[in-house]
Amino acid sequence: MSEFVYLYRGGSRPESPNEGQQVMQKWVNWLGDLERKGHIKDKGQPLDGQGKVVRDGGRAVTDGPYAESKDIVGGYTLVEAKDLSQAAELANGCPILERGGLVEVRPVMEM
Amino acid sequence: MEPGDDLFRRESGRIVATLTRIFGTENLALAEDVAQDVFCRALEVWKLRGVPANPSAWLMTVAKRRAIDLLRRERRVRKFAPDLDSLLVSEWTLTPTVNEAFSEEAIADDELRMMFSCCDPKLSEESQIALILRLLCGFSTREVAHAFLSTPVAMEKRIERARKVLAESAALFDLADRDLCERLPVVHRALYLLFSEGYHASSEALVRRELCREAMRLASSLSDNAAVASSVSSALCALMWFDAARLPSRTDAKGDLVALADQDRLRWDRALIAKGRHFLERSATGGLSEYHVEAAIAAVHCNAAAFAETDWPKIVRLYDALLQLRPSPVVALNRAIALGYAFGPERGLREIHAIPHSDRLAHYPFYPAALADFESRTGEGESARRHLREAMELARNSKERRFLESRLSALSIDQAYVE
Repeated sequence: MSEFVYLYRGGSRPESPNEGQQVMQKWVNWLGDLERKGHIKDKGQPLDGQGKVVRDGGRAVTDGPYAESKDIVGGYTLVEAKDLSQAAELANGCPILERGGLVEVRPVMEM
Repeated sequence: MEPGDDLFRRESGRIVATLTRIFGTENLALAEDVAQDVFCRALEVWKLRGVPANPSAWLMTVAKRRAIDLLRRERRVRKFAPDLDSLLVSEWTLTPTVNEAFSEEAIADDELRMMFSCCDPKLSEESQIALILRLLCGFSTREVAHAFLSTPVAMEKRIERARKVLAESAALFDLADRDLCERLPVVHRALYLLFSEGYHASSEALVRRELCREAMRLASSLSDNAAVASSVSSALCALMWFDAARLPSRTDAKGDLVALADQDRLRWDRALIAKGRHFLERSATGGLSEYHVEAAIAAVHCNAAAFAETDWPKIVRLYDALLQLRPSPVVALNRAIALGYAFGPERGLREIHAIPHSDRLAHYPFYPAALADFESRTGEGESARRHLREAMELARNSKERRFLESRLSALSIDQAYVE
């Protein structure tokens, strides 16, 4: 088994608490299913959209990280899978895909 | 009908009501925005970290923090609730005032008052229900429009007008309990219609189940609240619970309607029926309302293990009582049908033909359908088929049309069998 990180990018906000309830249910179902199958190493953390970017040797600090909300990473999860293609396949049911977002699947580099 | 999956909808109404109490009714839209923000945040965190042990307290804490931030930022430029405004301006009293407004007791009271103010008699019944769904059930305007098979633009206009009426009723949070009780019948009616919309409308099953569930949640909060508890609220609850129990068998696997006679009664939800009985017992303390009678009729159906065991004479007596309380051709039609089941199809036909003002049923598809039902049993197959075709012309949605169509083809098969 190898480890992979899912980075959740973009995805539209629900329009109402009622819609939020439905989106929530889908996430609980999807992650719960992965967990039952033993793929979840760490459910991860949500990340706030606002942040700062420090660059140019520390001389430039800007609001960031991206101007476009579709590029912002909203959270991550650490999963275990046989290989990259299985990890990608498991990401395929992620509810963010229904809301215009994407899942970036990145292998954790092995020692 | 599991209670766990209405968390967002339930808490949304409580948060909007409490924030409106603090911000004032003229800042209703602001209260809705803040609430929406709180739920987006909850979704972001909970979807990965899981729902916390006490989700309600989590939401209220975030909402409270947001409210305090916003009041600090805007108190110089905006007017908030008139009676609280001076307390919100001073840093000394700001936090205690907001904390007080977020006490469990205050929240429950605010939610109740919000429900009553949505049922302003100046608003049409449709607007009252739209406002309830928007403000107390966390529906977006688009979702309300979807539930009512209306367009989002038309619904937005309707809700906007309703919001204005609400903003003008500034005394909302100062009303005495007695004044609330005066408006209780309007609230009952709105919740009854909300439930009926879920029970009968042709929108998709998921939406309809949500409408029923929200009506049940609000009705039971009404019957739990000492300030406005009444036997009528309990009767309304009983009716909703008995009907909800039978909801799963009303449609088949394809989503088509199933006639009461053909429903699989083993699929009726016994737990909901038991709860309905409990409400019905509680409702016995006060005067008789139309909801009492409707609940009693539903209870008779729930008590019958099979269609053939239905106590029709009792149902006839109950429809007699309902006709007194709410004289309408539809009630009269149902009474006639019950008489037909109790005393034979000839009697049923005679009673249907004797309904006064039956011209008001000219567009009601179940009028010719009821005639067809009894005619098919008295051997008047030709007339029955003609009436069913007439009913199909009047069907208000595709579900009704398919239902009547299947009756018609069943009739034709019977006929072919006989010939």
